[in-house]
Amino acid sequence: MKRNYPRGLIILNLVTIGLLLVATLMVFLYAPVEAVMGMVQKVFYFHVASTWTGMLGFLVAAVSGILYLRSKDSKWDVVGLAGVEIGMFFTLIGIITGSIWARPIWNTWWTWDPRLTTTTIMELIYAAYLMLRQGIEEPEKRARFGAVYAIVGFITVPMTFLSIRFFRTIHPVIIGGSDPSSTGAFDMTPAMLQTFIFSLLTYTFVFATLLWHRVRLGKLAEKVEQLKLALND
Amino acid sequence: MKPRKGSFVRSMLAIIWKDLAAELRSRELVSAMLVFALLVIFIFNFALELDAQARATVTAGVLWVTFTFAGTIGLNRSMAVEKDRGCLDGLLLAPVDRSAIYFGKMLSNLAFMLMMAVIILPVYSLFYNVNLFNPALVLVIFLGSLGYVTVGTLLSSMAVQARTRDILLPILLFPVVLPLVVAAVKASTVVLAGQPLGDALAYLNLMIVYDVIFIAVAFMVFDFVVEE
Repeated sequence: MKRNYPRGLIILNLVTIGLLLVATLMVFLYAPVEAVMGMVQKVFYFHVASTWTGMLGFLVAAVSGILYLRSKDSKWDVVGLAGVEIGMFFTLIGIITGSIWARPIWNTWWTWDPRLTTTTIMELIYAAYLMLRQGIEEPEKRARFGAVYAIVGFITVPMTFLSIRFFRTIHPVIIGGSDPSSTGAFDMTPAMLQTFIFSLLTYTFVFATLLWHRVRLGKLAEKVEQLKLALND
Repeated sequence: MKPRKGSFVRSMLAIIWKDLAAELRSRELVSAMLVFALLVIFIFNFALELDAQARATVTAGVLWVTFTFAGTIGLNRSMAVEKDRGCLDGLLLAPVDRSAIYFGKMLSNLAFMLMMAVIILPVYSLFYNVNLFNPALVLVIFLGSLGYVTVGTLLSSMAVQARTRDILLPILLFPVVLPLVVAAVKASTVVLAGQPLGDALAYLNLMIVYDVIFIAVAFMVFDFVVEE
């Protein structure tokens, strides 16, 4: 079994673990403590990086949906499912870390802000995606329906954001100039910016590593399924 | 067999005619939607204490929640009939364009939605002594229902093929139609407050964009949903 473990994956595992360690150290030791918010601002580095990873997962799912419908290659179905699972996990981390930050800064765990609402609706879309897959036994049909729903779901995300954005927002925009009316906005020092970019990079590596693991798992599961069928014959 | 020229529109019309004729004889779909819609309004009346003051702000919301909930009943039923009696297989065997089947089902679902709205609006007006006869509101309801049945028909044709079909449609549909429903509620609120339609332009634009995008998407992916 050990022979089958891809060499590239071993290297990627090690690189990702190393990056995560460095990123954590940078967040706590290198980046300065924010003047107004204090330590709780540290959540920002992993909050944005997790949400970014989540979006990346859903994007991967939508793209592999299109590729699946074009090629009917079950490989893309495995990749799509992997994207959704990883995306849901990191989106949830994004929501939870956001709440931890919002409690002291906004004085509430939750507010009906466009970003928060859109992110949570997105999470619900992909929960529905998993339920749809669970309800269908034939693997080929499951893959087709999953692909269609991943595409439809991903398209609605920006529209959901737009439809709610017409209300006022209090979510700070750190990148690209912040709106002074938002609560908890701050300007990044160079060290903060470097740490932020580094944690985005780290999380992208984490995403790639997990995706590889999950796709490999999916393929192995497929193989087990085929062997079981062969055994029954 | 290659579909003949002009057969797209004819097969689409044939499906609409079939659905409307079946409905005219059985009256089971629209009547179920109507009774359900009235019950939802009654529950809202007591849940929200719909006095004159509250109604000014929540009428649009009540109407759209009613349409959305009653709509899923119609969508589920309209597809389940095809699936259960093997009609869908028959339709798929016919040498017609698959998207003609989709647009036929979609337009008859739209007809059912609008029929329900045509009855619910006067009833609501009568109950609460408000005038809902407003051409701008009709436009908003049309745009909202169009987007709703566009996505709804696509998703319900997937949901009926799943083991968990009775519970699946609302779970699949609601998160995806959320932007449309939000825009429809906001646009209706503006219209019902007596403001000019121009004030709701952002929401109307969003609804039109939603409708156009999903008509195109459904056109492209419906083949994959009914493929055997």
